[in-house]
Amino acid sequence: MADQILQFLLTGITVGATYALVALGFAIIYNASDVVNFAQGEFVMIGAMSAVALSAGDGGLPMPVALLLAVLITVGVGVLLQRFAIAPARGASVVTTIIITIGASIFLRGVALLVWGKDIFALPAFSGDAPIHIGQATLLPQNLWVMGGAGLMVLGVHWFFGHTTIGKAVLACSCNRTAAHLVGINVGLMMLIAYGLSAFLGAMAGVLVAPITFTSYDAGVMLGLKGFAAAILGGMGNPMGAVAGGLLLGLIESLSAGLISSGYKDAIGFVILLLVLFFRPSGLFGRASVERV
Amino acid sequence: MNIRKTLATLGISALVGLSAAQAVAAGTIKIGSFLAVTGPAAFLGDPELKTLQMYIDEINTKGGVNGMQLELVHYDTGGKAKEAVGFAKRLIKKDRVDVIVGGSTSGSTLAVIPLVEKDRIPFISLAGSVKIIDPVKKWVFKVPHTDRMAAAKIFEDMKKRGIKRIALISGSGGFGKSGRSQVLALAPEQGIEVVSDESYGAKDTDMTAQLTKIRNTDAQAILCFGFGTGPAIVTKNVRQLGIELPLYQSHGVASKKFIELAGAAAEGVRLPASALLVADKLPASDPQKGLLLAYKQRFESKYGPVSTFGGHAYDGLMITVRAIERAGGTDKAKVRDEIEKTRGFIGTGGIFNMSPTDHLGLDLSAFKMLEIKHGDWTIVE
Repeated sequence: MADQILQFLLTGITVGATYALVALGFAIIYNASDVVNFAQGEFVMIGAMSAVALSAGDGGLPMPVALLLAVLITVGVGVLLQRFAIAPARGASVVTTIIITIGASIFLRGVALLVWGKDIFALPAFSGDAPIHIGQATLLPQNLWVMGGAGLMVLGVHWFFGHTTIGKAVLACSCNRTAAHLVGINVGLMMLIAYGLSAFLGAMAGVLVAPITFTSYDAGVMLGLKGFAAAILGGMGNPMGAVAGGLLLGLIESLSAGLISSGYKDAIGFVILLLVLFFRPSGLFGRASVERV
Repeated sequence: MNIRKTLATLGISALVGLSAAQAVAAGTIKIGSFLAVTGPAAFLGDPELKTLQMYIDEINTKGGVNGMQLELVHYDTGGKAKEAVGFAKRLIKKDRVDVIVGGSTSGSTLAVIPLVEKDRIPFISLAGSVKIIDPVKKWVFKVPHTDRMAAAKIFEDMKKRGIKRIALISGSGGFGKSGRSQVLALAPEQGIEVVSDESYGAKDTDMTAQLTKIRNTDAQAILCFGFGTGPAIVTKNVRQLGIELPLYQSHGVASKKFIELAGAAAEGVRLPASALLVADKLPASDPQKGLLLAYKQRFESKYGPVSTFGGHAYDGLMITVRAIERAGGTDKAKVRDEIEKTRGFIGTGGIFNMSPTDHLGLDLSAFKMLEIKHGDWTIVE
């Protein structure tokens, strides 16, 4: 039984790390503009799909180059999305902007369908498929890549918002856009940076998990949804909360699949999410929002 | 003046175009189709549509059927059953098609059946579920193997290997659910006990939790029923956990894509599949071999790797065409009767022998049991 539990925990952490990476992307754009970017899952998909496209076949690029280019392409998409879809709606309310991101996600999915077709693709694992044994439980080297990558990026994001001028400027835009503008912050540029960074995180998540989960033009839908749930669970706008939410959601799913019923694991995950929102509406680690009148 | 002239020209050309279309319509046989060309079931609808178009073009250039040209009227359901009903209505009432060959998914086919029965139009479905033809419906036929046959074929192979207790893991989608209920229904009469019954979500990325549970049962084999990424992830997870039990998959993953996705983990996996996948490995005496190779060669020279799903469209179309030839016209009742009289038709899915009590007409011999060896299919005998 102990072996089983250990395996469930390892599985939960692996799946959770994936959710956490996606959730992190949500948190950054939310931090900068109070907008939930529903195209976040599509960033993940574009990262993974471009990596597959660039590295596939005999004329393909070597893996590290392909991964780097894939991430750059996705950052480009993120910046273009901000510049041509979000920025023109500058005066619009947050809800309108969120609806624009939903539209953008459908558009990006459509483009991916036209460019790459409907097939499912796999990316080769970075360092082999030989499982690593921990007692009776096992995990794959790629799982370590996902966990390590997630860990590094969380620290990076934490440092960016807490210790760099640009990071603090991005945060300032979220607190009060007009005031930020008045003290000389280039709000437009900060928004570009936020979307670029968020696309970067999405793409990293995409290339790290693609060897385990495979990818297709519509792979972003479910990952986006789970990442969003994780971000809500942890508390929107708190990068650490997003990560905690992701890990928690992964663990809940894997433990309920293992110990209760695999058919109900998603339901159990969402019931717990609802309970958390009921008792702590701003998420486990979110600041309570104060409405000033 | 200029504008008026253009308008006049447009009007005239529109009139000419219209009458030309009507002239053609008088001598055409309209074949209606609704397929999941986009959306999650696109891997079904896409090769089906390509196959229909390819063979209808070919029949037309050869002079058509009974001297009449074929015309394909098709709609994309995106895999949604609701859309399918709307499109079927349009095919029957507005386009006034003579026969319908389509319905990529079981959901869309089942949704359309009441309509087809009411309006009395021959309908050949390309979907898998056994419910489409059991009980028999007067106007509804189907050509793909059923999930019940897949389960029966797998059990047949298991019994040969002395396997009596199995663990089942199935997808939560329509295909997986339907497969699961067939397995559970068929197992007792085959003397097989299902000791573990797990499921996974269509987009799940890790099934090690379910498989860890299965590892701690006394199952002698694992059977996975699903399609898409799920079965490939199950296969990889089984190897990751070091489970040595024989792994069976359903016909839902019978494509090269599965081997590509699961990689080395796919070695030794067994599954029932249509002979199309192993056309070049069949003995020369096999009656299907010539047709399979020809279809494969033709599809692949135009579109890339062949799949069994496109083959279903070929079977459906050809059974229809033969029936119209025999009926000597497009009278719906006569065409229906002739479809029902299809006997000894060699298709990609097997040799069809339909009857008033069997609107599929395939038996278990239509399935080949395959094993994946060295990244390729081999036939298990």
